[in-house]
Amino acid sequence: MKFVPLVWRNLLRRKFRTTFTLLCIVVSFVLYAFLMTVRSAFSMGIDIAGVDRLWMINKVSIIQFMPISYMNDITAMSGVTMATDCTWFGGVYQNNPVQFALIATDIAQYLKLYPEFRVPPEQLQAVLADRQGVIVGKDTAVRYGWKIGDHIPIQATIWMPKQGMTWDFNIDGIYDGDKEVDKTQMFFRYDYFDENRRRGQGNVSWFVIKIDDPAHAADMAARLDAHFANSASETKTATEKAFIQDFAKQTGDIGAIVAAILAVVLFTILLVVANTMAQSVRERTSELAVLKTLGFSNGLVLGLVLAESLSLAVFGGGIGLGIMWMSVKNGGFNNAFLPNFILTGRDLAWGVTLCILLGVLAGALPAVAAMRLRITDALRRA
Amino acid sequence: MFRWVSQTLAVTVLSIRTVPQRLGSSVVAVVGIAGVVIVFVAVLSISEGFRATMVQAGSPSRALVMRNGADSEMSSGLLGSETDIIKEAPGIQHDGNVPLAAAEMFVIIDLPKISTNSSANVPIRGVELASMTVRPELKIVEGRTLRFGTNEAIVGRAARHQFAGVDLGSQITSGQLTLTIVGVFTAAGSAAESEIWCDSRVLQGAYRRGNSYQAVLVRLDSPASLDTFKNWLTTNPQLNVQVQRESDYYAAQSRVMTGLIRGIGYSIAFLMGIAAVFGAILTMYTAVATRTREIATLRALGFNTTSVLVSVLTESMALAALGGVAGGLLAYAGFNGYETSTMNFQTFSQVAFAFAVTPALLTQGLTYALLMGLVGGLLPAFRAARLPIASALREL
Repeated sequence: MKFVPLVWRNLLRRKFRTTFTLLCIVVSFVLYAFLMTVRSAFSMGIDIAGVDRLWMINKVSIIQFMPISYMNDITAMSGVTMATDCTWFGGVYQNNPVQFALIATDIAQYLKLYPEFRVPPEQLQAVLADRQGVIVGKDTAVRYGWKIGDHIPIQATIWMPKQGMTWDFNIDGIYDGDKEVDKTQMFFRYDYFDENRRRGQGNVSWFVIKIDDPAHAADMAARLDAHFANSASETKTATEKAFIQDFAKQTGDIGAIVAAILAVVLFTILLVVANTMAQSVRERTSELAVLKTLGFSNGLVLGLVLAESLSLAVFGGGIGLGIMWMSVKNGGFNNAFLPNFILTGRDLAWGVTLCILLGVLAGALPAVAAMRLRITDALRRA
Repeated sequence: MFRWVSQTLAVTVLSIRTVPQRLGSSVVAVVGIAGVVIVFVAVLSISEGFRATMVQAGSPSRALVMRNGADSEMSSGLLGSETDIIKEAPGIQHDGNVPLAAAEMFVIIDLPKISTNSSANVPIRGVELASMTVRPELKIVEGRTLRFGTNEAIVGRAARHQFAGVDLGSQITSGQLTLTIVGVFTAAGSAAESEIWCDSRVLQGAYRRGNSYQAVLVRLDSPASLDTFKNWLTTNPQLNVQVQRESDYYAAQSRVMTGLIRGIGYSIAFLMGIAAVFGAILTMYTAVATRTREIATLRALGFNTTSVLVSVLTESMALAALGGVAGGLLAYAGFNGYETSTMNFQTFSQVAFAFAVTPALLTQGLTYALLMGLVGGLLPAFRAARLPIASALREL
């Protein structure tokens, strides 16, 4: 501990250089954190997808429908505890495509299947009593400035109403949830939807099915699909996680692109920091020789130089990660297709590890050089 | 004036010629800037490639008719009787007595993507004979075209590479749909190359759509006849449709994705650029520091302060230019033409495209590199110019 002032003074020797090296590190770790949030946004909440929830779609494709009568067959199957139907609505709000998932469903069932969506009970009562009622996620409500009781006209894109082109909804509830939960969705009542749509009565887009034992998910999926095989609408069932994973992969391999960019960034920063450290050691050759003459061991000299580069890396990295942590906390980057820009604890931990690694790697060469320094040579060189 | 120029030139040549003595730190600056340019060009080449594919798909001399309110072909729907009326509209080019107008379906099918081995929404277009004549850019490059009234299909060149089981001669089976691929087509590198085409009657049956379509694509008499065409359709009480120029439709389709990629690309490049500028500052600062005595000597000999300033800036920008060129070339070699596919969020379906490192992008990358060199050199340059001669000469 008594060497802390020595390390500190050495860092301050060239304030200009230290400042810019530090800034360099700060910026790269802001970038690291930014890329990690992009990656987790593109993975679309895969980490929190329910393991006990299966999704069933029409085997041909997600845009094909299944009759709602499948519901009876599904719930009658052993191992199924609960299920609901969902239909994708789409729509246009104020001349822009809606920036959230608008889904027609059985709201009470849906909320039971997704306990992570939290709705105050009186709001749930309200929506169950109001045919045109909707429940909307907090992020979407904030984004559009919607309050409970507001009246929302949504223009149809896929589902024309019986009269005109506009569907009218009332905001009866706002759901909230933990940080990772998608708070941008909006659900309305299937019974209202089915009565008021011009065609396609009795058809739904997908079923969400809760099973009693997640370990049997693959088994259950196979049994469900077998049940509907050779019917007019054959099905494809898999875990929610598998669906989200496939959906995320459709955008492209974002993970690989992010990793490639990060490799370039970190390599560059490593070069810059290592170069700075090497220079500062070179400048101090004679000083280091004096320290050794005074009896500082090789190990101690090595430690001093490493401590210098480590403290630069950890301090700079810490600030960088902190900046990004603060700016994603309020969800400033969230948008329609990527509702979840978050910095996960795991990525943060990785960031800290990378800081330490950077400090050690950048300091290693100069530190070893300092350690190997022979007193007589070094003193003569000066 | 001449003396100033020759002085500046002399000092600049001197500083550039001494770069090899400071190789380590100079390489750091070059590599740093090259890294930024690689990432900048590579990320933007994604959005450039995607945009090119979408823009290529639209022609100003074609118009797309969809149901009013639909935001894409995927969500539109038109009855067979409605499409017959649309084909009567004025402004459509005719081939003899036949209007160049095609009623089409546009749906997706769940097929595995080769690169990720996960299922993807592959677009299938149900076409009629006119679909080919409306799009003269369409060419069969392998096999033959499909025979109408059969379960034959042709596949776009890009779709064939991106998705599994759609090669020439293979058979697709899904639900009640069975298709045999008999040919491969190209369409000037446009989004259509991501699609599978078959007879719309076959699709109507398999997707249980009755006699209905999703859009009508027509070839206009001339780009200017859009208004006539549009007015006739939108004032027709039997129809409730919207009309768009095909090029506008595809430009709008690409907007969300390119906007997103560009936003992310510019953010990354900006942040990396800051780090690279700091790297350049450090390098140039070191260069000035190691040459303190040399610079002071020059000044003592009567060399101008601005000459010294310009020489430092030039060195920094020369290093940056080197980095910019290297980065641009590497990005070009590594990414240009790289084929992939992504989700078009508007239609919920896959679009295959190739990364496009365009000359404009390379110029942007190089400009950005020079900017980083300029900013990075500024502080050290002023420092060099302001060196107090007497004390600098004494410095070690």
